[in-house]
Amino acid sequence: MAQVSSISNEQTSPTSKLITLRISRFNPEHDESSGFMEFSVSYEKWTTVLEAILDVKKHHDHSVGVRYSCRQATCGSCGMIINGKPRLACFTKISELNSDVVTVEPMNNFPIIRDLAVKFEKLFDTHQKIKPYLIRDDTEIESNEKEFLQSPEEVEQYIQFANCIKCGLCNSACPTMATDSSFVGPQALAQAYRYVADSRDKGKDSRLKIIDDSHGIWRCHFAGSCSQVCPKGVDPAMGIQLLRGYMLGFRS
Amino acid sequence: MRESTIMKIHYGTALAAVALVAVHILMRLTQGFAESLEYENVLANYKFIPYAAMLELILILLSVHGFNGLRVILLELKQGRIYEKAVSYGCLAAMIGLIAYGSRTIIMTNMGMV
Ligand code: HEM
Ligand code: SF4
Ligand code: FES
Repeated sequence: MAQVSSISNEQTSPTSKLITLRISRFNPEHDESSGFMEFSVSYEKWTTVLEAILDVKKHHDHSVGVRYSCRQATCGSCGMIINGKPRLACFTKISELNSDVVTVEPMNNFPIIRDLAVKFEKLFDTHQKIKPYLIRDDTEIESNEKEFLQSPEEVEQYIQFANCIKCGLCNSACPTMATDSSFVGPQALAQAYRYVADSRDKGKDSRLKIIDDSHGIWRCHFAGSCSQVCPKGVDPAMGIQLLRGYMLGFRS
Repeated sequence: MRESTIMKIHYGTALAAVALVAVHILMRLTQGFAESLEYENVLANYKFIPYAAMLELILILLSVHGFNGLRVILLELKQGRIYEKAVSYGCLAAMIGLIAYGSRTIIMTNMGMV
């Protein structure tokens, strides 16, 4: 599918500039392999990659497959490989890429639905597998206090990890994910830490047991790519090392 | 065995090997390199029981560490129930095999059987 369609978009304002947007096209239902389509798109200083893709959909080719929703780095839908690096399309300005050519491809380590949209089933499965909720026998309703209070220090232990938006960029960047199809992945491991480190949670042992498996936490080899690409500053690699601390007896 | 137990052994054997291999290298530095490889000197080393015991220990530590490392690499390369079982037991068998063969060399030389 070596199709190149270069349709120049009219420049809409005196400050706008042009880039070539290369979009990876692949429909697993009838394509043997993926190919690129090129579009000439105008952009302003503030135009995001997602806006450029939507511009292509609106004016040139509405069949481009892309997933998005919030457009503000909150829903975690628009992860893709932009100029070789996993990023959120709605959180990446074209101007910050410093390139006349912007190439967008689907995230690595995920099955492709079509073009830029990938399947998230496995990510959600592994996320669920680590029990991403507080585990304890009593409830706030039964307890004398109105709620389970936490000190600012206790909140600090996990709050950074609670910022995860399940965008999957970390799993896409992870070299173990690329070869080990059963690996639990940095997203789920960071969430395992988020709940284990929460002072209100009592599910540490059951969660540590789940990730202590031949395709669990030990298959992380400290590459750190996950933390480099995380758009929310979660730092999954640090979460994994802190979790290891529990498993090796340095933390309790 | 739990994966965390295996990995504790993996890290432990690596640390212990660093210490023992350092002693091994220091012992070798007591002579010139070529001299250290002369037939009589090699035999003498094996006959010196504390040193032979240390070599045996290094053999065990690095076989355990190396074959578990190989198991990890192979588990990440391909997945599947039968394949993973074969990898785990295969690595364990190879580990035992190498330790047995190396021990045979150390024990036979120590006892003057060569
Ligand atoms: C004495 C010095 C050594 C130290 C400190 C050491 C340390 C380590 C550590 C920490 C790992 C885990 C890496 C990870 O999980 O990403 C590892 C893995 C491994 N080691 Fe060693 N090791 C040593 C010597 C050896 C030797 C001599 C061999 C070969 C017989 C070996 C073979 C392996 C293999 C095959 C792996 C798995 C590959 C990997 O996980 O990256 N190591 N080593
Ligand atoms: S840890 Fe970061 S990169 Fe990974 S899914 Fe969560 S927000 Fe995305
Ligand atoms: S569209 Fe929601 S994160 Fe980008």
